Amino acid sequence: MPADRHAHDHGPGADHVHPVNFDPTAAEPDRHRAEPSAGRAFRLGIGGPVGSGKTALTAALCRALGAELRLAVVTNDIYTTEDADFLRRAGVLAPDRIEAVRTGCCPHTAIRDDITANLDAVDQLEQRFPGLELVIIESGGDNLTAVFSRGLVDAQIFVVDVAGGDKVPRKGGPGVTTADLLVINKVDLAELVGADMAVMVADAHRMRGALPVITQSLTRTPDAPEVADWVRGRVARVAA
Amino acid sequence: MTDPPSPAALILADSRFPGGGHVHSGGLEQAVSQGLVSGLDDLAGFLAGRLRTAGRLAAVFAAAAAHAAARRVRPAHWVALDAELDARTPTPAQRAASRAQGRGTARAALVAWPSPVLADLLAVTPRPHHAVLVGAVHGSTGGNAGQAALTTAYLAVSGPASAAVRLLGLDPFAVNAVLARLGPALTELAAEAARTAADRPADLPAPSSPALDLLAEAHDRHHQQEVRLFAS
Ligand SMILES: Nc1nc2c(ncn2[C@@H]2O[C@H](COP(=O)(O)OP(=O)(O)OP(=O)(O)O)[C@@H](O)[C@H]2O)c(=O)[nH]1
Ligand SMILES: [Mg+2]
Repeated sequence: MPADRHAHDHGPGADHVHPVNFDPTAAEPDRHRAEPSAGRAFRLGIGGPVGSGKTALTAALCRALGAELRLAVVTNDIYTTEDADFLRRAGVLAPDRIEAVRTGCCPHTAIRDDITANLDAVDQLEQRFPGLELVIIESGGDNLTAVFSRGLVDAQIFVVDVAGGDKVPRKGGPGVTTADLLVINKVDLAELVGADMAVMVADAHRMRGALPVITQSLTRTPDAPEVADWVRGRVARVAA
Repeated sequence: MTDPPSPAALILADSRFPGGGHVHSGGLEQAVSQGLVSGLDDLAGFLAGRLRTAGRLAAVFAAAAAHAAARRVRPAHWVALDAELDARTPTPAQRAASRAQGRGTARAALVAWPSPVLADLLAVTPRPHHAVLVGAVHGSTGGNAGQAALTTAYLAVSGPASAAVRLLGLDPFAVNAVLARLGPALTELAAEAARTAADRPADLPAPSSPALDLLAEAHDRHHQQEVRLFAS
């Protein structure tokens, strides 16, 4: 998306480009990319509202990518080890490849404002497993404004579900508008909750401009093939 | 203390400082879950006790570290301070919490205030105790021992206080007033800690708080079994 070029009241010579677009409905890729440095794992953040399917997607990605990438997971759950336990029970990842971070009642603080606890968890995993290629960091369920700091992740996926209502994408917020990938999950439930998928997808694209949107149902496709492909692409881009 | 506080002292004492402090409750979460703290009065007692024990210990070591940093001591001195504070922190859970916050603060400090002193300290203690690191940052940025003591003593109570607001839904104005009433005690304690800043590490005071030790261990055990929202 082009930067915000407009003429407002700056007097003569006002034809300039704003470094940041202040229009809340405008979407554009984050210009301030963290540089994933060679020699460390690619860090992928998975965020989104409570119950939208973040852990289910994390498990799906572990199943889909576990055989081809050396990976590990950090969970951020206010309910301590519940997510980690789910992943262990699902048998998709060895228990010592999962670190659970406690967020002091503030999941968004731990992924955005003060990323210390998460960085520590990533460090521990990288020390335990030299040569890690992918670390997935699942945020605790939070609101539509909770996005990951670029100091913590190289790319982030925001997961919403149709059960939250088809209004969610058009409400916007940094999660929907700026995440590298928006996943609309649980499309199998659309009919049951009266969510109009066409509206949801159209709104999502309108809010996000050129940024990608994937709709999926993890009950129908438990290995999240489209999202896994997207992740493969992102990891390969850095490795190249 | 008559000097104006250094800007670094304000930044380090700010709850928005990104050093990982917000995930620690200093035993408050465990005290709440055991029914020891359920309202403002209990909280005031808990904080006053914490200030005079864990808070004083942290202040003493922060003051000593600030003094040491200002004189660019040899690495062996940092090792000695680290070992002496370890010896005064009897439970593994508290040592781990202190080192986690020290490491987090170091990560932020290396970006904000890189210095040869910090490099020396981290070369010999890569996961330093929180109080030592905070003291060293003060000392290497022109702050004095008393300021370092005041910052750490304040952090020893401000973290648990905000955890109480989150865990018990207490009125934030009332909790803030509880903190403010600790003002004279904080000032006195910081001045006292500054007086021992030049002592040999082994001679530094060793205030202890068995109740906080037990809470820290219980908290750590319960991590494995049930819901805990804070790392300590
Ligand atoms: N019908 C349906 N259910 C799903 C789908 N994906 C996840 N679920 C279910 O939704 C519930 C919540 O999924 P989680 O993966 O735990 O959601 P989460 O976002 O990790 O939740 P928090 O971490 O608590 O915020 C679980 O019962 C999942 O089995 C889906 O595509 N369709
Ligand atoms: Mg989850």
